[in-house]
Amino acid sequence: MGRSILDGYDPQGFYCEMLGNPASAAVRERLAALSMAALKERAAAANAELYNLGITFTVYSDAKTIDRILPFDVLPRVLSAAEWRHIESGIVQRITALNLLLDDIYHDRKILRDGIVPADLILGNHNYRPLMQGVEVPHKAYINICGTDIVRDETGAFLVLEDNARTPSGVSYVVENRHMMLRAFPDLLDDIGLRGIDNYGARLIAALQELAPPGTADPQVVLLSPGTYNSAYFEHVFLAREMGVPLVEGPDLVVEDERVYMRTTGGLARVDVIYRRVNDDFLDPEAFIAESRLGVRGLMRAYRAGNVGLANAIGTGVADDKAVYAYVPRIIRYYLGEEAILHNVETHICREPQALRYTLDHLAELVVKPVGEAGGYGITVGPKASRAELDDCRAKLLADPANYISQPCINLSVAPTLIDGRIEARHVELRPFAVTGASTWVLPGGLTRVALRRGSLVVNSSQGGGSKDTWVLG
Amino acid sequence: MADVLLARYADCIFWLARYVERAENLARILDVNETFSRDSHGGQNWRSIIQLNSDEERFFEGGRKVSAQSVLEFYVVDADNPTSIVSAIHSARENARTLRPLISTEMWTQLNVFYNHLAAIGVADLAPGRLAGLLTMIKEACQTHTGITEGTFFRDQGWYFYQLGRYIERADQTTRLLDIKYHLLLPDIADVGSPTDVSQWNALLRSAAGYHAYRRLHAASTTPARVAGFLLLNQAFPRSVHHCVREVGQLLGGVKSRYALRGGNDAAEELDRLRAVLGTLTISTILSEGLHEFLDLIQQQLIAVSRDLSIAFFGYSPEASQTQTAIG
Repeated sequence: MGRSILDGYDPQGFYCEMLGNPASAAVRERLAALSMAALKERAAAANAELYNLGITFTVYSDAKTIDRILPFDVLPRVLSAAEWRHIESGIVQRITALNLLLDDIYHDRKILRDGIVPADLILGNHNYRPLMQGVEVPHKAYINICGTDIVRDETGAFLVLEDNARTPSGVSYVVENRHMMLRAFPDLLDDIGLRGIDNYGARLIAALQELAPPGTADPQVVLLSPGTYNSAYFEHVFLAREMGVPLVEGPDLVVEDERVYMRTTGGLARVDVIYRRVNDDFLDPEAFIAESRLGVRGLMRAYRAGNVGLANAIGTGVADDKAVYAYVPRIIRYYLGEEAILHNVETHICREPQALRYTLDHLAELVVKPVGEAGGYGITVGPKASRAELDDCRAKLLADPANYISQPCINLSVAPTLIDGRIEARHVELRPFAVTGASTWVLPGGLTRVALRRGSLVVNSSQGGGSKDTWVLG
Repeated sequence: MADVLLARYADCIFWLARYVERAENLARILDVNETFSRDSHGGQNWRSIIQLNSDEERFFEGGRKVSAQSVLEFYVVDADNPTSIVSAIHSARENARTLRPLISTEMWTQLNVFYNHLAAIGVADLAPGRLAGLLTMIKEACQTHTGITEGTFFRDQGWYFYQLGRYIERADQTTRLLDIKYHLLLPDIADVGSPTDVSQWNALLRSAAGYHAYRRLHAASTTPARVAGFLLLNQAFPRSVHHCVREVGQLLGGVKSRYALRGGNDAAEELDRLRAVLGTLTISTILSEGLHEFLDLIQQQLIAVSRDLSIAFFGYSPEASQTQTAIG
């Protein structure tokens, strides 16, 4: 092999998704045929196109809304067939167990009585919804759309970082990134044995239709969005289009006689299933936050009466809580009698005195996370924190220990990434998307998020993260 | 269930079409004014554009003076002026953003790129040597939108409401253009018999993209009555009020019967009356009874039709004073 654009690339001792993976040999070979200039040119064209296509998320600054693209890195992240089998079976196992957990805690609460999970951790959780007690959910499928965050440590082992079981976003970027790669790098993909992801919309609507009230012929599915000002609005548009269903906002819907309708040009039309991208709290001013304008008055009555399906079900936030997370291996063992296929990152639950003491003693080595936050906010990365930041973290821990967990700092794997015309190592995470109706299906690959700042471990789009196409080969 | 259309979408698609049509008309008027009217009538012509859009109050507050520069700034690049081209395309694009699940990707992309382009335009681009190119770009971008829509937009209910918006706006624009210009260009009573300033009437026809069609019809003579009759009553001219009103009537009838929509009967009746009037009156009758009063009546009826559509199909309550922005 001659000179390659990867020649000067240095993974700096981290596990590298490209060099450490024999499955990527074909990709590396094809990359070798590209010049740096060609790579840069195609990368710039791809990012310009994402902006023009409006494949953007929205950021708010003063009164203005600004559209930003999720920066897209054109060097793909490769997974072998065997790696994917492992991830896929681990995700299916995990979601199966979490759905059993939700069904249990909203019915008999056996797992609490058996002392596997502390009862107050569940019943005292602010995402626990007493209204769901005794409600029957179709197929006992509470988490219908899940985006599990997975990292890889320095040995190459996959670890689950977080279960996003409420309204996970990012799947639109997976599909759009692939479209972009197909246009910009047809020579790279040609005949390489890449698994397709085009059928996500079809799989999603099929699963959603399985949530319709029993006996509904040709169920009407809608996607409920908070509206154009929501940062994930593009994704809502994308999903509605892929499924061919109306994208509605709260004021488009109305509940009469415990049935849900949408306002159309021809009057009210029945709605059978709602894929809602609105949080529980805002979904029904009658049942939750009274001031919410994003929801539908009376929706919970219709839902409890079994007249409408909701995805995800109400109250799934208790299953992806960062403290409950620590118990997931035990939850899997309890319901399925199996060991977890995908391991957790070792987690110290600061509500437990011993774990709090350990955390305080090892603050500079640990990552401390608030249990209720999303988007990477409120995290203190010990090895990278200043003295003042560590002191601040210590004070917060002491003031409210139950709000925090801590984990060892994982040396996240890296992938070659195009940065200012050079190829450098950047840390990556993986978020595969799973869809559950009567059964669970996982979209091959998922969203690879990349921390574009040198040395950064934070991949969130709001904090300098970008994305890569994820290729499952073979 | 593909034949169901959300009331809110119908509203947005109706207004998306109106805003693009409005921007195109405005670009056309500014272009013609720039190219054909920089003569003795210049100042009056720029002032007439302000009257055309009923913008006197907004324009003159803060002591602005009428000049080519100030009017062009106000109508092309001023994002604070809701009747400017950049505002119209911004509104079109915001409606398109809401409508992204409904419209084609190409429609959205073109409007998004068009708006981003317009938003980056500055006062320097309005300089005499560059203005014509800019206005041509705007006109062509609006036409590109129309063409992309024609070629890619699925022909379901949304298409009907899009077309309804387009033709209502176009009819309204033509009545405004005629109303302002006719009286401005009409010679004084004292001048009766003196040769009409033909170039000004030709410019009016060009503003409505009707110059060449008019020539084919009336090669030899340009008279105020014939120009007015052409813009108002000609059935083959795509921007004539009569043509637009007929299209609106057919579209409304079509969408009601094809999708079994019960609402909109008031609007249909108003359109029937309007069509009957336009089909029977001659331009000489209209002129003798007062053109301004006649145009005013048509504008009022178009507003009433728009309002009926909002109530019947877009989910507005009869008490709601205004839907999206109509020109005052």
